[in-house]
Amino acid sequence: MDIESPDKLIELLDRHAYLADEGLATAAFLALRMRRPLFLEGEAGVGKTELAKTLAAMLGAPLIRLQCYEGLDAAQALYDWDFARQLLHLKAAEAAGVADLARLEGEIYGRRFLIARPLLKALETQPSVLLVDEIDRADDEFEAFLLEVLSDFSISIPELGTIKAATPPVVVVTSNRTREVHDALKRRCLYHWLEHPGFDREVAILLRRLPECTETLAAQVARAAERLRQADLVKPPGVAETLDWTEALLTLGAKELDPDLAAACLGAALKYREDVERVLAGGLLHRG
Amino acid sequence: MGCCTVDELAATVTGFVRTLRAAGVAADHARAQNLLLALDHLDVTVPDEVYWAGRLTLCAGPDDLPRYDRCFAAYFSGAKAALRRTATTSVTRHTVAAADGERHEEGEVAPATASRTEVLRHRDVARLTEAERAEVHRMLSMLSGGRATRRSRRHRRAHRGPLDPSRTVREALRKGEVARLLHRRHTTRPRRVVLFVDVSGSMAAYAETLLRFAHALVRSEPRATEVYSIGTRLTSITGELRHRDPGTALTEVSRAIPDWSGGTRLGEELREFLVRHSARGAIVVIASDGWERGDPELLGTQLARLARQAHRVIWANPHKGYEDYQPLTGGMRAALPHLDDLVAGHSLAAYEELSERLAHA
Repeated sequence: MDIESPDKLIELLDRHAYLADEGLATAAFLALRMRRPLFLEGEAGVGKTELAKTLAAMLGAPLIRLQCYEGLDAAQALYDWDFARQLLHLKAAEAAGVADLARLEGEIYGRRFLIARPLLKALETQPSVLLVDEIDRADDEFEAFLLEVLSDFSISIPELGTIKAATPPVVVVTSNRTREVHDALKRRCLYHWLEHPGFDREVAILLRRLPECTETLAAQVARAAERLRQADLVKPPGVAETLDWTEALLTLGAKELDPDLAAACLGAALKYREDVERVLAGGLLHRG
Repeated sequence: MGCCTVDELAATVTGFVRTLRAAGVAADHARAQNLLLALDHLDVTVPDEVYWAGRLTLCAGPDDLPRYDRCFAAYFSGAKAALRRTATTSVTRHTVAAADGERHEEGEVAPATASRTEVLRHRDVARLTEAERAEVHRMLSMLSGGRATRRSRRHRRAHRGPLDPSRTVREALRKGEVARLLHRRHTTRPRRVVLFVDVSGSMAAYAETLLRFAHALVRSEPRATEVYSIGTRLTSITGELRHRDPGTALTEVSRAIPDWSGGTRLGEELREFLVRHSARGAIVVIASDGWERGDPELLGTQLARLARQAHRVIWANPHKGYEDYQPLTGGMRAALPHLDDLVAGHSLAAYEELSERLAHA
């Protein structure tokens, strides 16, 4: 697909119901053009993961997702050998009286006994969009081998040789910034800090994503969301949460933001008991 | 940008990157190269595109963004001469000394040497003479350290434990039959420690000793220790404490800390820490007397959050060393329900005990 400018990308993303601002569009545009990973940082729910999904839909490429967690290792992220099948194969060879060990070794360390995990799968699938989600949750050792893979888009497997991507996948790395990610990894990437959207953009997003939502409701929800974000909560709602909240309101048949109804499904927007209590006690849903 | 040849462009980029570096953004040569590569794909005559290309390639965190914006505005509006090195806070050197009037034991005759160290070990550092304090600091620098461990992602060979499929297959292949099953265990790594050192006025007599203690911790486990100074603002001082020599490290630290001997707004600083960083799985040590100037309730809620993330939360309070101590200050009372341990933090013995706790927590 030929995308000639960031503006064109805004338009293409919009067709898939993702409203990107100029900064994010330029970031994604350069990531596609320069074949560089895009490192997206920002609070939870500002649309980092969603961008990767939308890029995949837009490019018609499969989304390959690697969700990071503490203790994530190479066997889960890169590749693993299918040991059970290897052992079965060895047993079968033993029973059949195969004596050629060199050939046997070549067989059991062949591609068909290799299980591709997300990083390897992304290198082997063309085109593809690789999403490395919440890198800050993985250990710092993991960053080192992710950097290795992202530097030359190849993985070397001692028993099999090097597997290199003919064309590198589009890579989106996200972080909620609970931990500082190593500078070497960031340097390899284009870095973009995503903010919560402003009032107008949030209204536009709500209307774009939820066609049955009225403009009045969208404006009221966006204003309430703005207030909640300023209210010093443990976890202020992101766009993902306002979308959920609006959808819940619509399901309950709301045409306008009724404080009682809003309180009833506040759990869609706020995920901490303290936050819900604070908002209800402070009457934050009643004003405006 | 108003330039058209490649050389002019490169010169402009280099100049801009230099300005950024002077303003404190760590934009290195590789990042400058990335900017040139990015500009290749964009229209350099459109200021917005240049702005975004620079921001995307040269910045590495939200702290960089306001500096970038300032530099961009200054540099590309021709006002670069006016841009000075922006030291965010005025830097003054401080020497940490005990509060005056606390040196009443200066004239005392030193007791016999063997028991002298032992006595010194249990004395309140705020009440020591200069020479005694130097002795305590020397002993602190020899603190053996040691650190509790957590499970790592790596494995090692073992006689029992979960199956090691990779080695089992390999051995079966070598021997030509599946003869025996091999096992593996996870290796361990040192557990992370996050230490907060209160450098406010009421802690002045303990600050230097605490920082030396912090230095010993960082030196023993440089990859698994983080130190922040707290007072009126949160400052990371881990990098400064990595110097081998305690004296150099302390000089660097005193340069880095902008808020010596002020008040304490612990609640707000912990909140800032929790927003920007995380204490997941770490042992958190707060060295403070709990004289909270801010809202004790805020301190309570932030500590509750911290306690949910951390492996253990330990509070070291110098006043805890006295038998009649009761946690009565507002800050301490708000903190108490969320702490795993409240320990003394006034003498060499207390620090040794704390270090022991970190080795086994």
